[in-house]
Amino acid sequence: MSTETKKETRESWKTPTVMGSLAAVVLVFFGILGKPETVSFELTGVRETVQLPNIDVASNILGIASGILLLAMAGFAALQVARNVRSSIWLSVVFGAIALVALLGWLAGGAVVPVAFILGSALVLAVPIILGAMAGVMSERVGVVNIAIEGQLLTGAFMASVVSTLTGNQIIGIISAMITAALFSAVLAVFAIRFLAQQIIVGVVLNVLAIGITNFLYQQWVTEDESATNSPGTLPIIHIPFLGDIPIIGPVLFQNRITVWLAIAIVIVLWFVLFKTKLGLRARAVGENPLAADTVGINVGRTRFWWVTLGGLLAGLGGAALTIGSSGSFGREMSGGLGFIALAVVILGRWHPGYATAAALLFGFSIILRIWANQVSPGIPTNFITMVPYIVTIIAVVGFVGRSRPPAADGIPYVKG
Amino acid sequence: MRLELKGITKRFGILVANDAIDLVVESGQIHSLLGENGAGKSTLMNVLYGLYKADAGQILLDGKPAEFSGPGDAMAAGIGMVHQHFMLIPVFTVAENVALGHEPTKRGGVLDLDAARALVRKISDRFGFDVDPDALVEDLPVGVQQRVEIIKSLARDAKVLVLDEPTAVLTPQETDELMEIMRGLAKSGTSIVFITHKLREVKAVADTITVIRQGRVVGEAKPSTETAELASMMVGRDVGLIVDKKIADPGKVVLSVSDLSVLDDRDQRAVDHVSFEVRAGEILAIAGVQGNGQTELAEAILGLRAIHSSDGDISISGSSVRGKSVRTILERGVGYVPEDRQKNGLISEFSIAENLMLNGSFTKPYTKGLGIAFATRARLADERVKEFDIRTTSALTPAGKLSGGNQQKLVLARELSREVDLLIVSQPTRGVDVGSIEFIHERLVEERNAGKAVLLISTELDEVMALADRIAVMYRGRIVGIVDTKTDRAKLGQMMAGVAA
Repeated sequence: MSTETKKETRESWKTPTVMGSLAAVVLVFFGILGKPETVSFELTGVRETVQLPNIDVASNILGIASGILLLAMAGFAALQVARNVRSSIWLSVVFGAIALVALLGWLAGGAVVPVAFILGSALVLAVPIILGAMAGVMSERVGVVNIAIEGQLLTGAFMASVVSTLTGNQIIGIISAMITAALFSAVLAVFAIRFLAQQIIVGVVLNVLAIGITNFLYQQWVTEDESATNSPGTLPIIHIPFLGDIPIIGPVLFQNRITVWLAIAIVIVLWFVLFKTKLGLRARAVGENPLAADTVGINVGRTRFWWVTLGGLLAGLGGAALTIGSSGSFGREMSGGLGFIALAVVILGRWHPGYATAAALLFGFSIILRIWANQVSPGIPTNFITMVPYIVTIIAVVGFVGRSRPPAADGIPYVKG
Repeated sequence: MRLELKGITKRFGILVANDAIDLVVESGQIHSLLGENGAGKSTLMNVLYGLYKADAGQILLDGKPAEFSGPGDAMAAGIGMVHQHFMLIPVFTVAENVALGHEPTKRGGVLDLDAARALVRKISDRFGFDVDPDALVEDLPVGVQQRVEIIKSLARDAKVLVLDEPTAVLTPQETDELMEIMRGLAKSGTSIVFITHKLREVKAVADTITVIRQGRVVGEAKPSTETAELASMMVGRDVGLIVDKKIADPGKVVLSVSDLSVLDDRDQRAVDHVSFEVRAGEILAIAGVQGNGQTELAEAILGLRAIHSSDGDISISGSSVRGKSVRTILERGVGYVPEDRQKNGLISEFSIAENLMLNGSFTKPYTKGLGIAFATRARLADERVKEFDIRTTSALTPAGKLSGGNQQKLVLARELSREVDLLIVSQPTRGVDVGSIEFIHERLVEERNAGKAVLLISTELDEVMALADRIAVMYRGRIVGIVDTKTDRAKLGQMMAGVAA
């Protein structure tokens, strides 16, 4: 029996179209209409051991050069579509990188671009999103939609800050944040698996509950005496010898708080468990076809419960990263939608830990870009700069996602006959 | 292994699906469980497999009582099951599917996919299955997917293999191959329970036959028993297996499809340069195994699926309908019975009367100004219920509460309640009891005699041969050939496997 299949896919024109328009924007606004001021890309900070020279370039020249380069890439993508060949993901990645460099150059006309600072901050800001997304991946891979990530980040943030302050021990703070968020997940899991409740509704309720409880405790109790309840300090920044001294890579990767490394380790472990182990195979089977998993003796309910609940641990750690991992204290509703961004990241990352992390980093980058651009270039309308994350999302969706396929049983309760 | 079921009873609410069923399957025997759709065969096997819990009765394996609280227990006891709807993960490879549930692992729970592949190859070679362990299941033809299911059971050392309606999705050739496989397995000592409602297959392969009707065992039979006798045991009365119909008198062309290509949901070409015509007063049957583009063809004709301008044309009564809205096409005089009545043919929560007005909701006689003409609707519903012999207490009963046969009669009643020139009927008797099958078949022939063009899409070769005036065989999106009804089964079977006429 022959098993050849006829592929009849027509490559879509959307990628070259979006690329072409972006290239035109870069060329016209950043290049031709750009300012002829010098931008200097600062590769190494002042206090670092190894010093690299800054790269100086005229802002409008950079705009023109990258505009032309981008146009050429858009043309190449169009050619690929005409030949009905799928263009590589790397084309989109390189395109995005060049466009961002051009954007940086335009924003920082006459000023300095601290490259290592931007990349490092992007990573730190991405950590809560990454961990939230990993919680989402764990939950959705077994077929439970978890939109309560936002609430879990918030509770995690609260617990980490308050418990660390009360006990004077940040490790206990982190652990209590993780456990509390896991309990949140367990509630979702029980309602979704045992009582077959609508998962979206349970998630929304949990989010509202988390906001309500933390607001109440924050106003009624924490603000009474912030120094006794909400001053945990931040985790120490650990500088790894030698590796931490490498220009750019060192400050970005090897001078960090433990939360950043934990996040990276979790991504790798989760990828390994999900795709290389028996547990992962079973979990994915449950999310794709629970009935089939049941018929080979896999306990669907138990698998779902544990993956969702343990996913909560990660979201709790993400919450801790918000307080003791960066800002140093809890603030009202401080998760500010990061949990929802994490949900989007799960989809953008095709339910894959690695791709989801890449997507989370993109969001981290766009957040720092917004903050930094506001400082360096006050002349640019803030409205435009706040648009940046969304433009980045659109590019990402067009370039990376294509047609992504969720786990087939995602969000569907499993009822046994 | 000898399998014995004693007094198995299973109730769902007031419905008794299995009523004190006794069954003995000897070691190395092919035991056929024959019965109509809804007779309780699948329920019985799901009890055996631990998916349902029996309300009464006992399962004995080699004389020892066994108790299964889940499929895991049943498998551990040596029972394997190939379900009617495959229990496979489409995005996993063959090896991953076979390994799932009892995965070979290296240290620390790390998957040993090499061991899984080797196991698949070993079983595949032993029985001549020809299955690639690294192929993604969703890319495999159904016949091969079924073999993956069998490998799954054998990999767990199944001593009793239950095959639930295994031939429903196969070509006649694949069916023959499956029967060979069954004989081979039985020879090597595996007991096989073969569940089906197809008499021909039972007679070809079974050693013993048990007939089930309405949840009860109605008798045992030998494969040498006459087909008609088996049929009447199964249905409970004499069955007319042949539809009376006079020779067709085709008139003008009603539906003309020329050089049509259609893409499916995954952007693969499901219909591939297809051309045919259906004339008034004839039934053209599209035969073929499920998934060879029939669904997409019907959807394209109805306007449910987009057709690109370079991909051929469809015209009804002489004018093109490509790119027209579904409503426009319906108003050209098309009636449509979709293949999945529960999903696309009915709204189960709606009453019979409401379902009957679905295709006339925007026009008289169902409307009165902007409102619904309730009295008219009630009167029309009662008429249709009577005319189409829909067995129900009232026209206000939700459609979902009806049996499969009555649901199908309801869909047919709705589609025939308008003036139509062309009737597209997809799988009209799938999951329908024999009584309703007879009614539906007669009704379709009447419509044809009344001068309507009928396009019948069916995977049941018996149905095609009973009703059609001409038969077009589809394979992988192409029409292999259009032949008359005198063509013999073997020839049609070959065509369904892609061998041109």
